[in-house]
Amino acid sequence: MKEKIEALAQQFQQELQGAASSDQVEKLRVAYLGKKGSVTQLLKGLKEVGAEQKKELGQHINQLKKTVEDKLSQQVEAIRQAEEQRQVESAESYDITLPTGGQLGSYHPITIVQRQLEEIFASMGFTIEDYKEIVTDYECFEAVNIPKDHPARDMQDTYYLENGQLLKTHTSAAQNAIMRKYGPPLRAIFPGRCFRNEALDASHENTFFQMEGMMIDKNISISNLIYFMKTMLSEVFERDIQVRLRPGFFPFVEPGFELDISCLICGGEGCPTCKGGGWVELCPCGMIHPNVLKAGGIDPEEYTGFAFGLGLTRLVMMKYGVKDIRDLNSGSLKALSQFTHE
Amino acid sequence: MLISMNWIGDFVDLTGLDLEALIRRFTLSTAEVEEIFHMGQNLRDVVAGKIVSMEKHPNSQKLHLLKVDAGGQVYDVVCGAPNVREGLVVPFVKEGGMVMGQEIGCARLAGCDSHGMCCSEHELGISADHSGLMELPPDTPVGKNICELFAIEDLVFEVDNKSLTNRPDLWGHYGIAREFAALAGRELKPLETVELSAFDALDPIEISVEDKELCYRYTGLKVRNITKKVSPVDMRIRLFYCGSRAINLLADLTNYLMLEMGQPMHAFDCAKVDRVEVKRFSAPLPFTTLDGVRRTVDENTLMICCQGKPVAVAGVMGGLESEIEDDTDSLLLESANFDGVSVRRSATRLGLRTDASMRYEKTLDPEMTVPAIGRFMKLLLDIDPQAQAASRLTDVYVRRYPEICLTFDKAYVDRYTGIDIDDSRILQTLRALGFGAQQAGDAFTVQVPSWRATKDVTIKADIIEEITRIYGYDNFKISTTVSPLYPKKKGPGNKADNFAKDLLVQRYHLHEVHSYIWADQKKCKALGIPVEENVRLVNAQTPDHEVIRTNMGPTLLSFLLENKPFGASFGLFEIGRVCEGLDENNLCKERKKLGIALYSRTRSEKELYFELAGILRTLGQEVKRVPLTLAKGEPLHSWQHPRNTALATCQGQELGWLCTLHPAVLGRIDKKAAVACAQLDMDAFAGIPTGDIVYKEPSKFPGIDIDLSLQVPEGMTYSAMEPAWASIDPSRLTGVSLIDSFEQPGLKSLTLRFAFSSQEKTLSMEEVQPWVDGILQKLAQMGVALRG
Repeated sequence: MKEKIEALAQQFQQELQGAASSDQVEKLRVAYLGKKGSVTQLLKGLKEVGAEQKKELGQHINQLKKTVEDKLSQQVEAIRQAEEQRQVESAESYDITLPTGGQLGSYHPITIVQRQLEEIFASMGFTIEDYKEIVTDYECFEAVNIPKDHPARDMQDTYYLENGQLLKTHTSAAQNAIMRKYGPPLRAIFPGRCFRNEALDASHENTFFQMEGMMIDKNISISNLIYFMKTMLSEVFERDIQVRLRPGFFPFVEPGFELDISCLICGGEGCPTCKGGGWVELCPCGMIHPNVLKAGGIDPEEYTGFAFGLGLTRLVMMKYGVKDIRDLNSGSLKALSQFTHE
Repeated sequence: MLISMNWIGDFVDLTGLDLEALIRRFTLSTAEVEEIFHMGQNLRDVVAGKIVSMEKHPNSQKLHLLKVDAGGQVYDVVCGAPNVREGLVVPFVKEGGMVMGQEIGCARLAGCDSHGMCCSEHELGISADHSGLMELPPDTPVGKNICELFAIEDLVFEVDNKSLTNRPDLWGHYGIAREFAALAGRELKPLETVELSAFDALDPIEISVEDKELCYRYTGLKVRNITKKVSPVDMRIRLFYCGSRAINLLADLTNYLMLEMGQPMHAFDCAKVDRVEVKRFSAPLPFTTLDGVRRTVDENTLMICCQGKPVAVAGVMGGLESEIEDDTDSLLLESANFDGVSVRRSATRLGLRTDASMRYEKTLDPEMTVPAIGRFMKLLLDIDPQAQAASRLTDVYVRRYPEICLTFDKAYVDRYTGIDIDDSRILQTLRALGFGAQQAGDAFTVQVPSWRATKDVTIKADIIEEITRIYGYDNFKISTTVSPLYPKKKGPGNKADNFAKDLLVQRYHLHEVHSYIWADQKKCKALGIPVEENVRLVNAQTPDHEVIRTNMGPTLLSFLLENKPFGASFGLFEIGRVCEGLDENNLCKERKKLGIALYSRTRSEKELYFELAGILRTLGQEVKRVPLTLAKGEPLHSWQHPRNTALATCQGQELGWLCTLHPAVLGRIDKKAAVACAQLDMDAFAGIPTGDIVYKEPSKFPGIDIDLSLQVPEGMTYSAMEPAWASIDPSRLTGVSLIDSFEQPGLKSLTLRFAFSSQEKTLSMEEVQPWVDGILQKLAQMGVALRG
């Protein structure tokens, strides 16, 4: 019996080496460990062995059984690994450098800059207001203290419609309605399309965007205005901006200012961009004219406020280096599809 | 406008001050200075030289050989000037000296050496005259530096005219000098004038102001016996530096006075104009202005006439016929004040914006007309003491501006400025600017001077500007606003727009574009789209752009056409404005619209149409959490496809449309491509209340999905089939979805998946079957059969 076990063990070793596929290993398992398998038969044969030998032989057979089981499962694992290795080696190696990529949509650059500004103003508690493009003479001029005979109302500046309305020449046309809608105290910005009747060239458009803002409360002062503009513009340009005010005349503010910022290119040292002066004219601003407050239903003796206008289109051109303003309304995807992200 | 600091120096003593720094302060306190010019800086060693001898040049017809005494040294000079002659005293630049920024060395001209150069006025930079040598008076001390003889050295700066629009008082040197006086804290000298009452014994001029609306004041004086013809050099230099051109003494004097005081003046030849009527004509008439151009002057234009004959366009330009000529020895001097708006409009209509009209349109101070004549006479008599007044001062003052007196207290100033400016500083500033300022306790009373009272300073906030600009905004201590806490005021803003844009760009890869609010006739024509009748612009740049667009379609379709080379498939959108005609108050029905247009050469029209339908439904669901209903509708515009146009509604409200194109229009874009187009009313869409998320406990029990493949008759739509399952409890039939659809001639097939489930139990097939049978039965009544 002992010899028989030895022989079987050797036979298994030999046959195992010949089992190169998982099917062959399975056959081998059946041949040795199945119901009628050789090892199973040996165990069955133990019944006929005397008690004194039974224990020892039993141990031998179980030893063999365990060896067979282990070796078989090792063989299965080895075959599986070899198969995976073959799969890995035969697999195609993809060329990741191929110029593939997802389709991208694009935002109009005005939208991008407008949103950046809106976020800044929203963080300072400003209400964002959208306004019409076709307005009345009252909204655009009279309500913002532009008298009847002012040159700004001339046909060469303003687009008039047959019914007497006009295309708003500035976002200030929304001031009156917004004051009346919300009343004081008030912080609001109102971006929008504006129109000026002029011939197109690389730096002149008849249709462009402005963003106007105003803040009205008790005791708003010129000192506050300068502080606010400096803070706001530092946020917009993401750096510390120096501002200076010069007198500027706009009928809807008193006093009115032209605001210059320290040149972004040279930092104020003087360069071709700022024509050597170190300052760049950026936006008009001022203390809201008492007549404008009055027209908006706000008592100028109780409330004061400031207003400012940012040239949104101009900011876009500065930010992205757009040289020809006409690109912005061209609908040309060659130009506009570049603005894929906010 | 160009300003000479020498001229300013006549009225305020600025010696010892850094003039350029002062000019920079002028920018920060008054008006923008665009450029500073250093006049006379490119001259060196130019002296009065006497031509002591002259010979013909041996090798040249034109040139002469001169000996020029430059004081202490005689130079050999070759000169080609036509007016060169022996004994003449001329500006002479010595060898090694400089004119026009160029060094003059020894030059060899036709074989002879020239050790210097005799100069024209042009070469000295004091006029445009280069016709010959500048001739100096014979008694000029030889050898004297030219810059000591004449005021050639000057600091001239240019002010941006636009920044002076609201300051009529700054259109002359005297007004600018007042600003410098206030900025520098120096005294402004009074203008020296002639006492005009001295002529009171003389006869007045017949001046008749017939148009009392447009003429505020007309002041005149006749002068005779004018013997001098040429203005003094220093005067001509100032005129030239300030952008004017010397003509003759009288013309120069009127120009000089305008540049000095800002008061335009006109000198008529007294032989041609000896009386004046100011009026408008009842019909247009031809008139030839000083510049020799024959113009048509319309009935709105104010004219100066003499015995009914027009002699000048009031405030704009005189007539050619009454022009002062070089032999004029007597004149009628006009110093008048006309309505600013009228002058501006006249100048615009005539296309003739002159130095005078530019000033009048700023609403000049009518108080200035009389002192201007006094000043004119002072200047004239200084130059030509023989001249005599030939009339008394005749002054017709028709309209006066009201005097303006403003009162405010210190607290007002503090509140408006946010800083504390001393009382004394307030008073000092206002007085320096010519305001009458008094203080009683905390109250200030301010009398606005006439030159600021025509429109510029009318309310107390205007006084704040005067105080603060001279104080200097750079000197302000800046501080944050202190505002009581209040919640941000909520408006609808552009939230829906932004949400829609994000979806369209990020999920559907569309490109946002911007365009114009008007229809483009040319582009529409290229598309074969007629421009729809709508409200028009009255003054469009071109008739092609005069009709306001009624919808977003044509603009976007023309962009598709123009962008064809961009790619095989792309989509565009714009949120823009349209006008849907006029309302009952004759106002534009302006609407904000989202327009979308898709183009593809690789996908079918049907795919594009359904994609766009999907986009619209997604917008409804994502932005507003409401279902958007699409239903076949009649085309609203001629270019829409008659069979494939759909209307979008939400909760019964019409929101927009979706369409493919009429083949005629599609053919103009691209016969082989597919196009779909949609419009959504963003005003209405933004106004829809956003649906709430209603949370439903997920069922713990598995549901049953039943797929039904249905054969659908031609023309039957899904929405027409929906009633077949409308009666089933939605808590049981939880959804119907499209699994598959195909269509071939004579056969339309849909596979729909019906999802049944329950919150309480696992549904059995036995429970579901009756519902399915019910659906099939109702479908059968509609002609829809289960596919075999």
